[in-house]
Amino acid sequence: MSTPGREEDLEALQSLELELLLTAVLRRYGYDFSHYAPASLLRRVQRAMQEERVRTISALQERLLHDPDALRRFVSVLSVHVTAMFRDPPFYRFLRTHVVPILRTYPFVRIWHAGCSTGEEVYSVAILLQEEGLYDRCRIYATDISDDLLARAKKGLVPLSDMRDFTANYLQSGGTQDFSRYYTAYFNHAVFHESLRRNVVFSQHNLAIDRSFNEFQLILCRNVMIYFDQELRRRVHGLFYESLSRFGMLALGIRESVQFSGYDDRYAAVDADLRIYRRIK
Amino acid sequence: MTTPRTLVAIGASLGGLRAVSMLLSALPGDFAAALLVAQHRRADVDSSLVQLLAQRCVLPVLEPDDKTSLLGGHVYVAPAGYHLLVEGSTVALSIDEPVNFARPSIDVLFETAARAYRQSAVGILLTGSSEDGAQGLGAIRRYGGRTIVQDPDEAESPVAPRAALRLGVADRTLNLAEIADLLVQLGRRPPAR
Repeated sequence: MSTPGREEDLEALQSLELELLLTAVLRRYGYDFSHYAPASLLRRVQRAMQEERVRTISALQERLLHDPDALRRFVSVLSVHVTAMFRDPPFYRFLRTHVVPILRTYPFVRIWHAGCSTGEEVYSVAILLQEEGLYDRCRIYATDISDDLLARAKKGLVPLSDMRDFTANYLQSGGTQDFSRYYTAYFNHAVFHESLRRNVVFSQHNLAIDRSFNEFQLILCRNVMIYFDQELRRRVHGLFYESLSRFGMLALGIRESVQFSGYDDRYAAVDADLRIYRRIK
Repeated sequence: MTTPRTLVAIGASLGGLRAVSMLLSALPGDFAAALLVAQHRRADVDSSLVQLLAQRCVLPVLEPDDKTSLLGGHVYVAPAGYHLLVEGSTVALSIDEPVNFARPSIDVLFETAARAYRQSAVGILLTGSSEDGAQGLGAIRRYGGRTIVQDPDEAESPVAPRAALRLGVADRTLNLAEIADLLVQLGRRPPAR
């Protein structure tokens, strides 16, 4: 058997380095990652170390402090989530059949897509709203902490190799068109059409520190808070609650819930399995 | 119920459904440890895996939500399309990129189980057609936990067990029936004082 003592010593050292790294990034650049869930945070920091080709967290810290470009890459590694168009087709089917009819009752609809990453789900919602004839009355505010990820989202580029899965998701979610009408193939990418972005505002917003900026009928924040600790999740839930209109709806990832958010009594489930909630007070 | 003292993490890919359900069917109703399963599966299938396993097991079998508290005598199966992680006394989920082309990845489960449960973690690597899980098993061993590999001669696909044996990270190599016996022992409650 190997000795656990040495492993624990290495881990103590690593925890110290991680703490110093997060403090350095916060003090130098104002990005606060201290409330990210530790298990996945460590994996992501290790990934950033690979990308920067450094061997220790301390070396990563030095790089980040002296090279703002490296910091940009770091923020995008820490905040990217690998999502898909029409991820969880039953969710999108329900949006189409049950949520859109509610949104139709408003003269103008504001939607906040928080933590939009590279934008796959933003384009999914835009397509769905267009098909339902509601898009012209909607404005989608798509936000993310990372400028790099937002820049990618704005371009609307998706690797062509992903399109087979995405097309299958689209059809399963109740899509009514030939999916290929929404994009043009350009080398090995699909480029989504400008008309889908027309009513989308992409902007930088940090859920850990920024405030509410409007009132919304629908907020989507799927699989973003799974990377946050309890304290930050409560903050973000507070932010969403404040930002929803009365009877506004909140859509989470299908393995997340408003339970333990501190706000669970202010919501009723629109669909409990698909984690779509409606503000009731 | 209190936080379980022992955490058993099981990883499997090809052929895993049969192997995992055989192990689960051996567990008694008073099994005290928490049991986590990372079984490779396609991202687009529904939750029928859990239903299949639940039919064979007297313990509750569930696909957990993010940050669900771990309870003894419960079986937590990684949902399709998510990594399953152990974080403190809860499970956590992530949709980070696949590891070893897999999400859920067995390495991710094992490595986080090792950190959170140390000597009280038990890692079991069953049949599998990739090397996912072998590195993670090494982490469990380095942190002082126990590691068990299914006998590759018995496994439907021997690639994963062989990878672990090649790395020298298996405390024991056992067939399924022996692993089931060991699990029953590990799941006994400590004697009351």
